[in-house]
Amino acid sequence: MGIIKTKDLIFEYIRRDEEGNVEGITRAVDNVSLKIEQGDFVAVLGHNGSGKSTLAKHLNAILYPTEGTVWVDGKDTSDDDKLWEIRQTAGMVFQNPDNQIIGQVVEEDVGFGPENLGVPTKEIWERVEESLKAVGMYEFRKHSPNKLSGGQKQRVSIAGVIAMHPKCIVLDEPTAMLDPKGRKEVIRAVRALNDVERITVILITHYMEEIIYADKVFVMDNGTVAMEGTPREIFSQVEKLKELRLDVPQVTLLAHELKQGGLDLPDGILTKEELVDALMKLKK
Amino acid sequence: MSIILDHVNYIYEEDTTMAYPALTDVNLVIPDGQFIGLIGHTGSGKSTLVQHLNGLLKPTSGAIYYNGADINDEGYDKKLLRSKVGLVFQYPEHQLFEVDVFSDVCFGPKNLGLDKKEIQLRAYAALKQVGIADEYFYQSPFDLSGGQKRRVAIAGVLAMKPEVLILDEPTAGLDPKGRDEILDQIAKLREETGMTVILVSHSMEDVAKYVDRLIVMNKSRVVFDDTPAAVFAHYEELEQIGLAAPQITYIMQALREKGLSVDTGITTVTEAKEAILKALRG
Amino acid sequence: MLKDITLGQYYQTDSVIHRLDPRVKLVSTVVFIISLFIVDNFIGYLIAAAFLFAVIKLSKVPFSFMVRGMKSILILLLFAVVFNLFLTPGEVLVSFWKLKITKEGLRLAVMMAVRLMFLIIGSSVMTLTTTPNHLTDGLEKLLNPLKVFKVPVHEIAMMMSIALRFIPILLEETDKIMKAQIARGADFESGNLFKKAKSLVPLLVPLFISAFRRANDLATAMEARCYRGGEHRTKMKPLVYAKRDFMAYAFVFGYLVLCIVFGKILF
Repeated sequence: MGIIKTKDLIFEYIRRDEEGNVEGITRAVDNVSLKIEQGDFVAVLGHNGSGKSTLAKHLNAILYPTEGTVWVDGKDTSDDDKLWEIRQTAGMVFQNPDNQIIGQVVEEDVGFGPENLGVPTKEIWERVEESLKAVGMYEFRKHSPNKLSGGQKQRVSIAGVIAMHPKCIVLDEPTAMLDPKGRKEVIRAVRALNDVERITVILITHYMEEIIYADKVFVMDNGTVAMEGTPREIFSQVEKLKELRLDVPQVTLLAHELKQGGLDLPDGILTKEELVDALMKLKK
Repeated sequence: MSIILDHVNYIYEEDTTMAYPALTDVNLVIPDGQFIGLIGHTGSGKSTLVQHLNGLLKPTSGAIYYNGADINDEGYDKKLLRSKVGLVFQYPEHQLFEVDVFSDVCFGPKNLGLDKKEIQLRAYAALKQVGIADEYFYQSPFDLSGGQKRRVAIAGVLAMKPEVLILDEPTAGLDPKGRDEILDQIAKLREETGMTVILVSHSMEDVAKYVDRLIVMNKSRVVFDDTPAAVFAHYEELEQIGLAAPQITYIMQALREKGLSVDTGITTVTEAKEAILKALRG
Repeated sequence: MLKDITLGQYYQTDSVIHRLDPRVKLVSTVVFIISLFIVDNFIGYLIAAAFLFAVIKLSKVPFSFMVRGMKSILILLLFAVVFNLFLTPGEVLVSFWKLKITKEGLRLAVMMAVRLMFLIIGSSVMTLTTTPNHLTDGLEKLLNPLKVFKVPVHEIAMMMSIALRFIPILLEETDKIMKAQIARGADFESGNLFKKAKSLVPLLVPLFISAFRRANDLATAMEARCYRGGEHRTKMKPLVYAKRDFMAYAFVFGYLVLCIVFGKILF
C-alpha cells in the first residue's frame, strides 16, 4: 500500500445565496482514485478551479470526503482518533506565504509544529536547526519573517513542516504568488527534500516547468483526473493540454510545431539540449 | 504629448537608518501610443517607477513631465493626472469594494465629478472593452474568478478614459490560459484605442510577443531600453542579473553555435518554427 | 505614510537588562510605577531618578530613544501641568490677570510632570529592551495562575502574538489599498468629517475582506501543523529564571523598600 491512496473520492459543497438558501451543489472532486508511492515526487496539474486544491486538502484531513475514502499511511482520514497522526504524517504548505507563518522570528515559526506535537525543548532546537539547514535558511533563523522575500518565506514554511518529521509533504501551489527567482528557490528546496531526505512530495501547481522533474503527473480537470503519466508522456499531448487550459514549455511547444511542420522529431521533448540534438541529427 | 523622466532619483525611507535607493538616475522618454514592457525582479524598482508616473510617489530629486508640465509643480492637478495616467495595481482585491461590478467601475469616473449619465456610459464602455458580459454587471465583484476580477479592476481604471494605461503584474496568480486571455485582451484594447500601455512584469516570455519596447530594471537603475530582440541579444548579461531571455532565444543561440544558420534575434515560437524549417530545408 | 508607524519599539543590542527574564521586567515595571505613587518628597524622587538612571545606563539604549516616547504624551503632560499649576488653591506666589500660581499648585505641577515623565521612560525601558514576543511569553507565564478561574491565558497570549505579527502586514496592505484607490481618483484628505468617513469605505471594505481571508487561511495553516490549544504543548523557548533574575528581583524590591522608608515614612 502506498503512502497515499484515494478510492472513489467525491467532495461536494453546497452553494448558498445571501439569505442562506441552498442554490445548488458543486462537485469539486469527482470520483478520484489514485495511489502515491512512498518516496515519489508527484505533481498535480490543473487550471484554476479544476479541483486540485480541494483534492490536496483531503490529504491532510482538512477536508473530508463526501463519498469514498482517503488513506494516509494506511490510516483512514475520516477516523477522528487518527486526525493528529495524519496531519503529522502529511504536512502541508499553502499558497500565500504571509498567511501561514505564525512566529515573529524565523526559528520560532519552525518550532511551532514540534511545540504542538509536544516534542521536548532540546529536540525542538535540533529539529529547527536541521530543517532550516535543509531548505538553506539557517542563516536567517533570527530574522523577522516580514523582512524576507516571498521565496524565502515559503522555504521557512517548508522547514516548519519538515520539523514535524512528516513522511509526505503536500504543497498547494506554493509558487503561485512568487516571482521567477522565488519559484526556482522553492522548487530547488523541494527537489532536495525528495532526493536527499526521501520525503514523498506532492506538488500542486499550474506552472509547467515545475513538473519536469516529477516521477509522475496527474492532470486534473472538472474534479476528475484527466491525464496521468510521466512528464514526457504528458507533454507529448500538446493539443490535449491546451484543451485543459494549460500550456507547455516553449521548447516542447516549438518541437510540437516543428513536427506538425513535417519534421521527424520524437514526442515529448522537454529540454533545450534534447531539441537541439534532435534537430542537428535531422540536418545530417 | 509624452511622459519624460529627467534624472529621477528616489530614496526609500529617507532620513531613517533603513534608507536605500529605489530609483537611481532614471531618464526615459515615453512617447504617445507605445506598447512598453517594464521588466525586473522584485525589488528592482519597477513598481516604484510606475508610481512616480501618476504622482503617487514624489522623486527625491529630478523631474517628471507629463505633456510638458512638471507634475510635481505647486498647483498641478494630481487628480486630473491620475485620470490621464491610469495605474492598475497587481491585486484586484486591493481595489474592488462595491456591492456589484457596475458600481465598482463607476467609482473612478464618479471621483472625477462627471454627471450620472456620463459615469454610466463610461462604466458600460469600459466593461465592454475588457470583455465582461452583461450578466456579470450586477454580481458581487468578490464572487468572480481571478481572471474576471482582474478585468473588472482594469475596467475601473479605463472608465476614467486614461491616455496612458499602466498595468502592474496583470497576470500574477492566473493560470496559463487566464494569463494568455488577459494579455490578448490588453493587446486588443491597445489596438482599438491607440493609448500608451506599460506592462510591468517579471516574465520576459510573457511580454516579449506583445510589446515593441522593453525597459529592463535592476537594482534601481534602467539597464536596458530597446526593442525586445535587441534586449534579448544581451541574454548573458540578463542572466547575470537573474533574468532570463525567453527559452527560444537560447535554442536559437545553441543551434547557431552548432552550425545551423538561423537568426538569433528571434523571440517567439512562431518565428522560430519558420526560421528552423527554412534553415533545415535550405 | 502609514508605514512610518512602528510598533514594538525594540532596540536591538546586548545588555544585562536585555537578557533579563521578561517576567522580571514586567514585575519591575509595575513595582517602579507603584513606587512613583508612593513617594511624595524630594528624596524619594531622587532615589527613583537614581534607580531609573542606573537601569538606563545598564540597558545600553541611547537616552534619545527613551525621550522619543515623550513626544506622544507631550500634550497630556502640558495639560496636567497647566491644570495643577493654575487651579490648585493655596498660598499665592504670583498672580497676573485672572490667573494665580500657588505654592501648592507649583509643587503639585512639578510632581505630576516628574511622575508622568518617569512613568513613560520607565515603561519605555521595558519595551525597548524586550521583544514583543518575549513580553507575550512573560505575560502568559505570569498570568498562568488565572487559569484556575477559567481565564484562557494561553489563547490570549497566542492572539496577542498573532496580532503583533499581522499588524505590519495589514499596515502595508492598507498603504497599497490606499494607493490603488487614489489611482482611481479617491480623495482621503479633503472634505468635512462626514465626507471623510464616507471616503474610508473604499479603503475599509478591501481591508476587512483581506483580514478575514488571512484569518481563515491562518487558522487552516495552524490546524495543519497540529495546533490544538495550549494542552500537551511544549515550548521551544521556555522561560527559566537564571541567577541574574533573582538578583534583579532583590535589587528591585530593595529599591521599593528604600522608597517607602525614605520617600514616605522618614521625611
